[in-house]
Amino acid sequence: MTQETLLEGWGRWPKRRCRVERLDPATAHEHAQALKAGAIARGMGRSYGDASMHPPLTLDALDRNRFIEFDDETGLLVAEAGVTLAEIIQTFLPKGWFPMVTPGTKFVTLGGAVAGDVHGKNHHRVGSFGDHVAWFDLLCADGKVRRCSTQSNQDLFLATIGGAGLTGHLLVVACHLKKVPSAWIRQRTLPAENLDAAIRSFEANHDATYSVAWIDCLARGDQLGRSLVLLGEHAEPEELDVKHRPNPFSVPVRRKKTMPLDAPSWSLNRWSLRAFNALYYRKGSAPPLERVIDYDRYFYPLDAILRWNRLYGARGFSQYQTAIPLENARDALAEQLELIAQSGLGSFLAVLKRFGPGSPQRPLSFPIEGYTLALDFPLSSAALTLMDQLDEITVAAGGRTYLMKDSRMSQKTFEAGYGDAVDAFRALRSDIGADRMFASLMSRRLGL
Amino acid sequence: MSAATEPVLVIGARSDIARAIATEYARVGHPLWLAARNATGSNRDAADLALRTDAEVQSFDLDVTDLAAHDAFLAALPSTPATVVCAVGFLGDQEADAGDMDATQMVVATNFTGPALLLEKLAARMSERPGKSAIIGISSVAGDRGRAKNYVYGSAKAGFSAYLSGLRQKYAATGLQIMTVKPGFVRTSMTDGMDLPGPLTTDPDSFAARVVKAQRAGRVIYYDLRWRVLMSIIRLLPEKIFMKTKF
Repeated sequence: MTQETLLEGWGRWPKRRCRVERLDPATAHEHAQALKAGAIARGMGRSYGDASMHPPLTLDALDRNRFIEFDDETGLLVAEAGVTLAEIIQTFLPKGWFPMVTPGTKFVTLGGAVAGDVHGKNHHRVGSFGDHVAWFDLLCADGKVRRCSTQSNQDLFLATIGGAGLTGHLLVVACHLKKVPSAWIRQRTLPAENLDAAIRSFEANHDATYSVAWIDCLARGDQLGRSLVLLGEHAEPEELDVKHRPNPFSVPVRRKKTMPLDAPSWSLNRWSLRAFNALYYRKGSAPPLERVIDYDRYFYPLDAILRWNRLYGARGFSQYQTAIPLENARDALAEQLELIAQSGLGSFLAVLKRFGPGSPQRPLSFPIEGYTLALDFPLSSAALTLMDQLDEITVAAGGRTYLMKDSRMSQKTFEAGYGDAVDAFRALRSDIGADRMFASLMSRRLGL
Repeated sequence: MSAATEPVLVIGARSDIARAIATEYARVGHPLWLAARNATGSNRDAADLALRTDAEVQSFDLDVTDLAAHDAFLAALPSTPATVVCAVGFLGDQEADAGDMDATQMVVATNFTGPALLLEKLAARMSERPGKSAIIGISSVAGDRGRAKNYVYGSAKAGFSAYLSGLRQKYAATGLQIMTVKPGFVRTSMTDGMDLPGPLTTDPDSFAARVVKAQRAGRVIYYDLRWRVLMSIIRLLPEKIFMKTKF
């Protein structure tokens, strides 16, 4: 059965009417060929921009969500690509297993996690999601399903991780889970009065399992880049509150709240944002700076507010996430923060994080060793202009922006950020015929 | 309510609703017997359910429209189950099916004749079991009033609802609970492609949780309140007015 559905990414812009079919390996290519159009697979639609939609044909992969195998010696999980991290956690955390890498939402499919080569708060220690994928089955342009790993079809394996779904449709993914002592995280907060202090704090705490900073993107002067650096370790059962010790893997169920409607556009302005950010910093800097919180509140604070993307109103928003190489990070970030603070645009949630070594062998994988800054901008022409200015600083510093968050960068900026890898990716697509069978709104925008 | 160690037989185990209900039962410890066409052999649903829930899962081949094979299927079961979920359903294609003999027969055989005959045999055996037992039949609001959009499917489901109602009365004095479930819109492969109204639509997991809760509470009908109100209004509309509506 076919339908035209209005699809949008998590940032709610752009929106397009797309023809949607279920991703069925038996018929996927028939549909695409009948329509003479490329197709893109879509999971939870958590990428922010236009990566998981293609108006001529978008293939919904969500009902391909069966677990296939789990090895409780090695932690290797084999599952269909439509399985979400939420399902993995629900099933395997009670037995002491957790994803090696998780982004800031658990509502992401394995397919999406591979296609975005997503990263988490432990990137500086263990790399991105793709570093923990043993193999996957990919439905290729010629209709064959290929098992890809570092041993076989290696080029395809590397290009697909971070490849935004443009090399084929991911069908089955084998990835490693890690053994954890409990469902709880011991979190330590290190207030940092400005950007330099935050960077010092990250560099001094490279051993922390998890690290991330909430950064006040509107503070200026001596306080430019003031942050709360949050470190996390998996808590041992004996560190838990007495009442949780007998069942260290069970956590209190949070009541989900749903953002019932779009926030009015006037509710976000430089005063409300500045006040929120100042208050948040003050509250976060106050004791207790060390506490034990459950994994859900630690990793996924926003998942508790379903449809929180309505916070930014009906016009939608864009998340700007940039990665700057280590040697240029301090200066480029200071320049970007100054521009953002001046503009008064910005968000409740700006995040700063130290990346470990990236994966240059994977052409479109985002992380590079250095710092990454991510923040939301409600869409407006002023915000779009600001992001273009931020792009210039990013590119001049040898950095790049993240495809899974992006909806607006130009092809030129993209090519400057990802360099020769873009041509290598295009060449691989053309060699295997993927350029004719797989396409998204994003691939068309960026000339992929 | 049967003990959590008693197996639950799921007929039509491939549907999304069946999978979700099976998961609910398995999570509290019931072993699962999954019956569907070509269920044995490489069965991803069985492996998935076993991993998700740690339940013991067995698969049985069953084509509910192959009436002659029902006895062999029942004989293959290790014992008489205490709980049966019948989630067989086939929407068909209204426009193509209306007036087409084979297609109409297929819709009626899948939604009515097959399940009715199989449940009759199961009910007879289950009612003789000591203690309580339960049959959950998944019918549909589509059976509440024939509508132009899906009256082939709807009339088969209307028949199935009436059958369950009769079965319930027949076994009222025994420990066998017969529960009719009327889902409205559940996001499944059957409703794929329909433009569903948000407030009247639910996802299979939360739907399944409510169904299992209702069964364990001994209820005989599970019918979402909003749908019950809506369909009561639709049922009460005089035919002359109903004819002109576009529900």
